[in-house]
Amino acid sequence: MKAHPQTWLRSDKNGLYCKPLAAYIDPVTPVQRAIITHGHADHARPGHSEVYATPQTLDIMRIRYGDDFCERSVPMAYSEEKVLGEGTLRFAPAGHILGSAQAVIEACDYRVVVSGDYKRHFDPTCTAFDVVKCDVFISEATFGLPVFTHPPIEREMQKLLDSLALFPQRCHLVGVYALGKCQRVIIALRELNYTKPIYIHGALINLCKYYETQGMILGELIPVSSVENTKTLAGEIVLAPPSALNDRWSRKLPNVMTCMASGWMQIRARSKQRRAELPLIISDHADWNELIQTLQDINPDELWVTHGREEALVHFAKTLGFKAKALSLVGYEEDANS
Amino acid sequence: MQAFANLVDKLYFINSNNVKATLLKEYLRTTPDPERGWAVSAIAGTLDFQFFKRKMIKDLTIGRVDPVLFDLSYDYVGEMSETVSHLWREAENDPPPLKQVPTLSNIIGTFKSGNQVQNAQFLTQLLNKLNASQRWALLKLGTKGLRIGVSARFLKKVLAEYGKENNPDVTLEDIERVWHAIKPPYIELLTWLDGNGELPDVSDRVVFQPVMLAHPADDGVLNTILPDKFRAEWKFDGIRVQLSVSENGRALYSRTGDDISYSFPDIVENLNYQDINGVFDGELVALEHLDCKDSKIEKNADIFVISKVNHTTSVTIGSFNNLQQRLNKKKPSKKLISAYPVGIILYDCLFLNGNDLRGMMLDQRMQQLSSWYTQQTFSFLFLSRGIAFENLQELSEIRSNVTRENSHYVEGLMIKRRSSTYVAGRPKGYWYKWKRDPLLIDAVVMYAQRGHGIRSSFYSDFTFGCWHGQQLLPICKAYSGFTDEELKALDKWVRNNTIGRFGPVKDVNKTLVCEIAFDSIHKSNRHKSGVAMRFPRVHRIRWDKPAEEAETITQLLQLVSG
Ligand SMILES: [Zn+2]
Ligand SMILES: [Zn+2]
Repeated sequence: MKAHPQTWLRSDKNGLYCKPLAAYIDPVTPVQRAIITHGHADHARPGHSEVYATPQTLDIMRIRYGDDFCERSVPMAYSEEKVLGEGTLRFAPAGHILGSAQAVIEACDYRVVVSGDYKRHFDPTCTAFDVVKCDVFISEATFGLPVFTHPPIEREMQKLLDSLALFPQRCHLVGVYALGKCQRVIIALRELNYTKPIYIHGALINLCKYYETQGMILGELIPVSSVENTKTLAGEIVLAPPSALNDRWSRKLPNVMTCMASGWMQIRARSKQRRAELPLIISDHADWNELIQTLQDINPDELWVTHGREEALVHFAKTLGFKAKALSLVGYEEDANS
Repeated sequence: MQAFANLVDKLYFINSNNVKATLLKEYLRTTPDPERGWAVSAIAGTLDFQFFKRKMIKDLTIGRVDPVLFDLSYDYVGEMSETVSHLWREAENDPPPLKQVPTLSNIIGTFKSGNQVQNAQFLTQLLNKLNASQRWALLKLGTKGLRIGVSARFLKKVLAEYGKENNPDVTLEDIERVWHAIKPPYIELLTWLDGNGELPDVSDRVVFQPVMLAHPADDGVLNTILPDKFRAEWKFDGIRVQLSVSENGRALYSRTGDDISYSFPDIVENLNYQDINGVFDGELVALEHLDCKDSKIEKNADIFVISKVNHTTSVTIGSFNNLQQRLNKKKPSKKLISAYPVGIILYDCLFLNGNDLRGMMLDQRMQQLSSWYTQQTFSFLFLSRGIAFENLQELSEIRSNVTRENSHYVEGLMIKRRSSTYVAGRPKGYWYKWKRDPLLIDAVVMYAQRGHGIRSSFYSDFTFGCWHGQQLLPICKAYSGFTDEELKALDKWVRNNTIGRFGPVKDVNKTLVCEIAFDSIHKSNRHKSGVAMRFPRVHRIRWDKPAEEAETITQLLQLVSG
């Protein structure tokens, strides 16, 4: 029986609920059945009974939360299809981080795509975004303002290397999110022929090891904790989670130049807030042009916009002739993994 | 322009002064004239014109960007130039594209010679050609809003460092001496700093002369103070200025060499070189006209009555607060000038009637200054008189009596060696300042914020409060005065006592008392507590003192004098 998705897909206090599949997508509280788009902590939370996700997303959840992160996990490779309740589910690559997926849901004669987080820029650490035609496209909008245009990562990493050449006595401490950004930054440095060891904060070790098991070559990584005399880190690149940049942990590093790799670094006030002396505009999300490009590529009947700056994207989609609305979802952190 | 925009962009984010200096020197080394001189001028804020008004930017942007998207973006970014620099798009009827990005000198030249319409066209072409961060630099530069954490003073220091690398004789004083007499793009100056050519000759221009500075007087020094060796004067609570008048011109400078003449036309425009010709060192103070019968005058008549207008009115020194109303005003109104009159108390003289007095001893200079002074008639000039004393004990009593009574007017004493010549910089053994003892109060730590630069991982910026009934009202912020050990202890305390946060500001348990030292306190209607303090700093951490025993606002108000 044909029924419009607005009758069976809605948000409540737990997140986005899909009635025919009896499942939540990226719920913020423990639920019976969860479809998880990717491993970032604000999307993938522990404590659900049943979890559907890509094998890599499940691995990441296991690394972060331990083996008992859920009661039953169901791995689904990209394009594998499963009947779930009164509909079907499959995952399509989202190009956001390793294992990230769009949830493609078919039910009541409609196809809905929930993008999760995504980007269109090239990223060697994950499979590229796949355009899936659908009736309703549910898009994120983390960087949903036309002021956001993310430059190529090589250009930003070159800035880091230039600074290192100009200030060879300074320890270049780069804030990176542990999952995805960290590994992408390392690979980008390697591609620019940076062959020296890269020093990493303890919180980054496990996920880097996991990326290596998935075939990515990160080169020599040395935990900062194993460096006997931290004074020797002058002139080296040290990666750490953003929370460690201005904290006690960083005090032991010599002559620090604080760098921060994030899409927010495009905005001066945000960089200042982070006290980033060298802001590196590197994002794992779609920028404004990619959001619009994706909308036009998919050309859905309707656009629903989830977390981020919904207002601007909804407005602009309407001027392009799309039916568009904002879905207010709670619990996603704007600054968590951007 | 690319190199300049790149430099500005980097300087904007860097906290460390060393890194800023390295970037600037690298730029000076690798950039040709006149490009680098214009950059120096732009950063030092000596470009004396606006290329375009904010309104022109706005008008040009409208029509290129969806207004809803513009507003949403502006809301988020919070700043006009940055919003435009990101949102700018080429439009159909734009003037033809530029073949290449023009140089900074070319941009400045074109805007300077263009009219309103031509400038709007050129701005459009530039914005079409530049990338976002270059646009930002251009818009900030063009509206004279380039604030990138580099002061003119700091820039001059960097220029001196740069010059020293090529020519060991270069000093900061040289640069300061010629700075106000030369114009951008400073080709002569930069050529000299490169080690090619001579220091620009500015003898026929009015220039700032680097000033002589004092050391704090410690016990060792004080024990050597004898009246025949040292001259004592009041250290008045104003700002240090240098007044320079000759047939070449007239100017009033701050102690760092900034020309502040425009703020004080009531002084500068009344000077004529026939009646006053020289370079004078003194203190700019607020003036107050008082009735002679006023009790304030009775008490310490010899210090505060600096001039008798007639038998019923006298001029005395006003509060620093009054002086503050006059500082940094580009074009003070007549009303402001008459509401807050100012004057200069002269206490030294570097040049007089064409003679260089700097090689003379202080006593001789003062003799020349006062014999000239008795013949002049400017109503806003006063002479600093020496204080008679027999010995240190007497001087000490004078200091504590006066400073206790009248914290508005006197910051303490200056003690100057009578035989001292006038030496720029801070020579040892010549001049001392003996500040009054600070005022002290106990206040409660209310909020904490991380510091800057090297201190950015510590909570080192504190807001303190005093009691108003059951409630604490913020009275001041302080970021200094503690030792490194105390800073670590405070930082730990903040982390263990945080109860909330507003952005970067941590709200903490209202339990820790610090003794705050400050130089003076004034009434202020800009502060909720009704008072404002000068130079508050942490004097001692009172781990032992319960918060309810901290001072009250009422007690604080009693410290306000005058
Ligand atoms: Zn994510
Ligand atoms: Zn997200």
